[in-house]
Amino acid sequence: MSFTPVSSLFGGVLIGLASGLLWFASGHIAGVAGMLSGLLPGGGQATGWRAAFLAGMLVAAIALQALWPAAFALAGLPSLGVMVLGGVLVGVGTRLGNGCTSGHGVCGIGRGSVRSLVATLIFVLVGGATVFGMSQLAGSWE
Amino acid sequence: MKRLSLAFLAGALFVAGLTLGGMTQPRKVRAFLDVTGHWDPSLAFVMLGAVGTYALLYRLSRRRAAPWCGGVFSVPAQRGIDARLVLGAVLFGVGWGLVGLCPGPAVAALATGNGRVLVFMAALLLGMWLVGFSSAAREQISD
Repeated sequence: MSFTPVSSLFGGVLIGLASGLLWFASGHIAGVAGMLSGLLPGGGQATGWRAAFLAGMLVAAIALQALWPAAFALAGLPSLGVMVLGGVLVGVGTRLGNGCTSGHGVCGIGRGSVRSLVATLIFVLVGGATVFGMSQLAGSWE
Repeated sequence: MKRLSLAFLAGALFVAGLTLGGMTQPRKVRAFLDVTGHWDPSLAFVMLGAVGTYALLYRLSRRRAAPWCGGVFSVPAQRGIDARLVLGAVLFGVGWGLVGLCPGPAVAALATGNGRVLVFMAALLLGMWLVGFSSAAREQISD
């Protein structure tokens, strides 16, 4: 993949602004995993702002995908079985660890939470080890 | 109404950032994690921009007693670093590395209508629900 430091930095700034907007407006953490789990049956929490944020995400994604399909390229997704396994692991992991890349990685670290910093270091390192392991497996199959 | 409109706007802006940053391309995400292969460090810049901006805004918010639309600033309760946090981060890391999608970009990728993304999201929600279900069951037993 080509190295895109400038657009990635600006994309990050937008993510920070969006998370800051939610924080200033209503005092909520912009953690997508937390929003999804809060909307599940039995979540028992306020659903309005979560649903509104996720709806804003979907509407923007549909519009952007129409304008700029290359930015939504899904090339290289694994097989269906690996997608299921990966989905369950992401769901269980973010629920147990109370956060994902946005909740811990952006809002938590931005707030100076040591707990979020530790979680982020772990999931980035383990993610890296997983990609390495898969590339070794793929190599041995060829 | 203002509260919901601003949450909607924040969600839209969030996806614009994910898209511009390259987070909606699973191959690019996996290339970031692939330090020993064809490493693409771009996503470190996403993190830098996002954390830097949010940290600044968070500091500014501390001068305010309450959010614009009322209510309180809900800072998560600071618990220690426990086994649950570590196990959760490990499992999430494996799933993220396998697929290249974390929850935010997965929601955005639903816009493609891709069947495998839909299956991924269904599995993700099932995983979350299972943890909630087992925690609720444990609480009932201990009651």
